[in-house]
Amino acid sequence: MTKNILVVGEFNQDGLSETTAELLTGASSLSSGGSVSVVLLGSGAQEKAQLSFSYGATKAYTIDNEAFSEFLPDKWAIAVNDIYEKESPDLILLEQSTVGRDLGPRLAFKLNSAVAMDCVSIESDDTGFKATRPCFGGNARATYSYSASPAVATVRAKSFEAQTQSNESGEVVQIDLAADSKVAVINREEVATEGLKLTDAPIVLCGGRGLGGPEGFDMIQELANVIGTDKAAIGSSRAACDLGWYPVANQVGLTGKVVNPDLYVGIAVSGASQHMAGCSGSKSIIAINKDPEANMFKSARWGIVGDYKEVVPALIEAIKSS
Amino acid sequence: MHFVICAKQIPDPDTPPSAFKIDETKNEVVPAPGISPVLSQFDGIAAEAALRIKEKLGDVKITVISLGKESAQAAIKQVLAMGADEGLLLEDDAFENGDHYTTALVLSEAIKKLGDVDAIFCGRQAADWDMGQVGLGIAQLLEIPCAIIGKDVDVADGKMTVQRVLLDGFETVEMPLPSVVTVSNELGEPRYPKLQQIMQAAKKTVNKWSLADFENLEATQVGEQGRKLKLEKLFIPTSDSEVEIIEGESAQEQASALVSRLKDAKIL
Repeated sequence: MTKNILVVGEFNQDGLSETTAELLTGASSLSSGGSVSVVLLGSGAQEKAQLSFSYGATKAYTIDNEAFSEFLPDKWAIAVNDIYEKESPDLILLEQSTVGRDLGPRLAFKLNSAVAMDCVSIESDDTGFKATRPCFGGNARATYSYSASPAVATVRAKSFEAQTQSNESGEVVQIDLAADSKVAVINREEVATEGLKLTDAPIVLCGGRGLGGPEGFDMIQELANVIGTDKAAIGSSRAACDLGWYPVANQVGLTGKVVNPDLYVGIAVSGASQHMAGCSGSKSIIAINKDPEANMFKSARWGIVGDYKEVVPALIEAIKSS
Repeated sequence: MHFVICAKQIPDPDTPPSAFKIDETKNEVVPAPGISPVLSQFDGIAAEAALRIKEKLGDVKITVISLGKESAQAAIKQVLAMGADEGLLLEDDAFENGDHYTTALVLSEAIKKLGDVDAIFCGRQAADWDMGQVGLGIAQLLEIPCAIIGKDVDVADGKMTVQRVLLDGFETVEMPLPSVVTVSNELGEPRYPKLQQIMQAAKKTVNKWSLADFENLEATQVGEQGRKLKLEKLFIPTSDSEVEIIEGESAQEQASALVSRLKDAKIL
């Protein structure tokens, strides 16, 4: 059975966001030959439409207007709702991002339907869609079906693999629409991440409460330096962020960032399920902890039971001399 | 002014993973023996946000609302002990086994019925289902503005100002009242009630409303009947990884062994 799917796209100057490309590829396979439309809002939308076709979109709705460049959730919800009415999709997909986690529920409630947040898999069959997502702090997973339409889902990065498609053209529908927001943005500050972004790093070194103080992060920084700051980035558990030892922007976990590096090193991180929800997609995990019962060992490929104050300097030396 | 705090009672999220069990025939979490349910931590932080503003403004009444079973009284009492003025339990068999839509629907109708609410404080997500949509749902149903994931909230001059945590920074937004804010852990720890406050809370009024108290709601719209998301399956994901503990006489030996494993795996 064919399905029509609408993807709320995100982009920057360089192109479509990686997750939007993933969602378009995923939508293309879920649609079984139905339409895959994308909504692109803000300046530059028009030129991004072409890119969306190469990932499987068959139609792009664009509002190439500076007035939509800034993400204002209530305003964007009006725009996507307008496009929903033109397209009547069976499924609306959004990224689990600053945009999606705000816009997803607004749309679902506006459309008198339901949203599943932070999904890691979406399936489609004759009865409709099934969305699977972590819950109970990552301890469990729930699979939902929808008894209302359209189904709405926000999807975690890397849940689908982005692939360019042979079809590289589609229809562009330019929308002219004015909408206001009841919310005024007074100030916005980006926390400048120097160099490598946490979510892009092939190696993530993460410190936790067991470090005992902010100085533990200096030692982790030294380890990152010897590995190479083009490869290793530093994360922090929520506990360490809440204690003020490391910036919130580097928090890994359910309420922070989700990372999927080649190697994740948990240093004095107990590995509560809420934390593991942010790193369990890593290809390999190393746990370094004094407590042999620490939960992180259960998800790890390698573990060292010991005091990080001895293990980390030893690792620094071992890498230097290797 | 009148503030509302939405509070949910949940299984203790600090339950050790080894004690976390699911009954897959019922798609339910089996309560861990000896571990009592708790107030969802983010709702406690939402209460803290509201109470800080009450302290500053003075003339504010705070009502804490919970949709749940009779046991949710404990979550209400906890927020009352923190300093809220009145409790409201929304309890009815018809409300049970609902989803986020039905929860937001009943809460929004309760807020409408209270009548004079200026600001609504919710946790950024309940620490059981981790959806993060009820606050936004209430706002959408009441057609009022909402800001999510706040780390700092203020109410003054008919407006709510919220400093929000974004994935890569912060943002400050301003919106007219009435409005909804969802609050995140970056706001700080919720206050710990003193014994005297706990005793005072026992004397505070907790009203109870059931489905019959809502003229606008039918049994078909709420609870299991009103669900738009059907839970097909709840399960514990299996992990196939087997950890190799790197042994050694010294940290140096362990470190060299680990580095050679990483070299072999072409990770370093």
